[in-house]
Amino acid sequence: MPMEGAGAFICGELKPKGKIFTPFNMISAPIILLGAVLIFYRLVKGLGAVTNLSQDFPWGIWIAFDVMTGVAFAGGAYVLTFVVYILRAEKYHPILRATILNGFLSYVFYAGTIFFDLGRWWNILNPIIGNKFGVNSVLFLVTWHFILYMIALLIEFSPAIAEWLGLQRMRKILSSLTLGTVIFGITLSTLHQAGLGGLVMLAKPNIHPLWYTEFVPMLFFVSSIFAGLSMVITEGTISHQVFGHQVDKNHLNSYNSIVISLAKACGGTMFGYFFLKFLVFIHGKHWSFLNTPMGYWYMVEVIGLVLIPCFIFIHGARHRNFTAIRTAAIMTIFGIIINRFNYIFIAYKWYIPLHERYFPTWMEIVITLAIVFAEIWAFRWIINRMPVFRRPPQWALEQDREQEKGR
Amino acid sequence: MKNLLTFKGSKIDRRKFLKIIGTGIVGFGSTSLFGPGKLMAANKEFTGVLVDTTRCIGCRSCEVACAEANNLPVPDMEDKNIFDKRRRESTTQWTVVNRYRTGKGDVYVKTQCMHCSQPACVAACLVNAMKKNEEGPVTLDQNCIGCRFCMFSCPFNIPKFEYGSPAPKIEKCNLCWERLKGGKIPACVEACPQETLLFGTKRDLYEEGQTRIYKHPSEYVHHIYGQYEVGGTCWIYLSKVPFEQIGFRTDLGTKAMPEFTMGFLYTVPFVDIILPLFLLGISRAIRKED
Repeated sequence: MPMEGAGAFICGELKPKGKIFTPFNMISAPIILLGAVLIFYRLVKGLGAVTNLSQDFPWGIWIAFDVMTGVAFAGGAYVLTFVVYILRAEKYHPILRATILNGFLSYVFYAGTIFFDLGRWWNILNPIIGNKFGVNSVLFLVTWHFILYMIALLIEFSPAIAEWLGLQRMRKILSSLTLGTVIFGITLSTLHQAGLGGLVMLAKPNIHPLWYTEFVPMLFFVSSIFAGLSMVITEGTISHQVFGHQVDKNHLNSYNSIVISLAKACGGTMFGYFFLKFLVFIHGKHWSFLNTPMGYWYMVEVIGLVLIPCFIFIHGARHRNFTAIRTAAIMTIFGIIINRFNYIFIAYKWYIPLHERYFPTWMEIVITLAIVFAEIWAFRWIINRMPVFRRPPQWALEQDREQEKGR
Repeated sequence: MKNLLTFKGSKIDRRKFLKIIGTGIVGFGSTSLFGPGKLMAANKEFTGVLVDTTRCIGCRSCEVACAEANNLPVPDMEDKNIFDKRRRESTTQWTVVNRYRTGKGDVYVKTQCMHCSQPACVAACLVNAMKKNEEGPVTLDQNCIGCRFCMFSCPFNIPKFEYGSPAPKIEKCNLCWERLKGGKIPACVEACPQETLLFGTKRDLYEEGQTRIYKHPSEYVHHIYGQYEVGGTCWIYLSKVPFEQIGFRTDLGTKAMPEFTMGFLYTVPFVDIILPLFLLGISRAIRKED
C-alpha cells in the first residue's frame, strides 16, 4: 500500500461510522466529557479535591471498582484462550476475539485508572525502570504481571489489526506468536488475579475476620474465572443486539450452545468457590460474627450473590432458559463488585463508625462511568472496523489453513 | 529424546520450542525469581524508644519539639480543652499526646509511627521508597509513586497522605533520622521533662522495661506493648492499665506483617515456571494427529 493511500485509509477509518445522535451517545458523550474535565481538575488540585479518600480509607472505588473488579471482569480472556488454544475446544472460537478485545480494553481503561489514582503519577514508571525495584512487594509483582499481560493481550488480538490494515506478512508473523503468548498470558493472569488478593493479605488487622483468610489469592483467582465468564455472557448479549448484523449465520447458531456451556462452567466454578468459602469459614471458627451486621452483610454476599446465582446458572443451563442465565450473570457481576468493595473499603476497617467511613463523591462516580463509557466507545470503534464479530478476510483464513498444515 | 519433541508428525526444532516457552520464562525470571528478600537488619542493632505512660503528665513538649525539629507548624499550646477529643497524627503533626480516663486515673499516651522491626509499609512499597534503616527508623524517599499501599496495610494507621496537594507526599515520624545520623537523639526524647521517653537500643529498652515491671509489679501491667506485637516494634510502651484502655489494639497478633504475603510471594516463581510448561504439555497432548 503506497504511503498516501495508507494515510487516506487511516483518516477514513477514523471518522465515525453509523448514526451519531443515538440515545447511548447522547448519554455517554457528556459524561465522558465531564469525566475528562474532572480528571484534569484532579491532576491540578490533588486527590482531595475530587475524592472522599481519607487517612483511614486510602483506597476508594477507583481501586475497588476499576482495578480490582475490572481486572476480574477481564478474566474471561485468559479462561477462553485456555479453553480454545490449550484444550482446543474449537466451539468457543467465535466469541474469542471479542473476549480478548474486551479484556485488553478493560486493562487499558480500567487499570489505566491507576494513573490518576496515584498521588505522584509522574513517578508511575519507577517500578518499571528500576527506580527502584521493590521485589518484596506484592504490588510490584502485580504491576509487572499487569503490564506484561497487557502486551500479551495485544499480541493475541493483533492478527485482527493486521487483517484490518491488510498486512498479510505481518499477520503471519503475529499469528505464529499466538500459542506462546497464550501460554505466557494464562500464567501472568493466574498470578496477578491471585496477586490482587495477595495485596489485601498484607493488611490483615484491617480486614474483618470473616473476609480475611490466607486463601484470599485463591479466592480471587477462582472468582475471576466466573466473573470473567459472566462478563462474556453479558457482553455477548449486548453485542448481539448492537452488532448482530455483522455476525455470520453459523456463529449465531452456535452462539446459544456456547452460552449454555458457559453457564455450566460458571455454575460449576461458583459452586467450587462457594465450597472454598465455606471451608475457610468453618476453619476460621467465625460463627460468632455471623449474628452481627457484618455477618448479615457477609451472608448477602456469599449466599445471595454467589450460591443463588450459582443455582440459577445450573437451572438455566439445564432448561435452556436464557433469561435465567443472563439474570444469573448480572447477579454474579454484582456479587464480584460487592466482594471487591468489601476488601477495599466496606469490610476494611469495619470498626470505624459509619459517619467517618468512605463513601465515593459524585465526581469519583462520574469519572468511573466516564472510563466505562470510553471503553465501550473504543470497543465499538474497533468492532466496526476490524473483523471481530465479522468473518476475517479470505486471505487470512487461507493463511490459517496453511499454517495449520505447516505445523 | 527426539521423539519427545515431535508434534503432529513433523519435528519441532529446538528453536521453535525455545521460542514458545523461552520468552515467558526469561520475562518472568527477571521480575519475581528473586523472591522476597530479608527485611531484618543484619549487623547493627535497632534503636528505639521506651515510653513509660505512667510518667507522662501530658505537657506536650514532645509535640512542640517534633514540630520544631521537622519544620512543621507548632501546635496550639494554649488550648486547655485539647484533650477532650481524641486526636490523631496528621501530615503536619507526626506525634500526638492523648488523654484516657481510666479506673486508675488519667493516662497520657504519646503516639507516632511505631517503627516496626519488620514493617508492613516497607513490604508494601513497590519502589522501596519506604525503607527500614539498619539503625531502626522507617524513612521515606522521594521516588514514592503515591499508591498509598503503605497506608492500606499499616496496622497502626500511621502513614498520612497530603490529599490537598497536587504533588503529595506521605508523611510520618522518621524517628529523627537526620538527628540520629548527626549523633543526636530524637527531638521528642530530648524535650521530655519527665523522662517518660527513653532512647536506646531495643535490647537495652526491653531490659529497662522489664526491670521497671519487676521492681514495681503493682504499678504496671506485666506486658511491654511492642515487644511481640506484629513481630516487635522499635517504640515500646509500659502502662498501669490494660493497653486496650489507652487506645492500643491488642488483637494484632505477634506475626510480623510481611509474613502474611511471604508464602504467596514464594509460590510465584514456581507457578511462573511450572505453569507454562504444564500448559504447553496439555496443548501438545490434546492436539490431533493427522
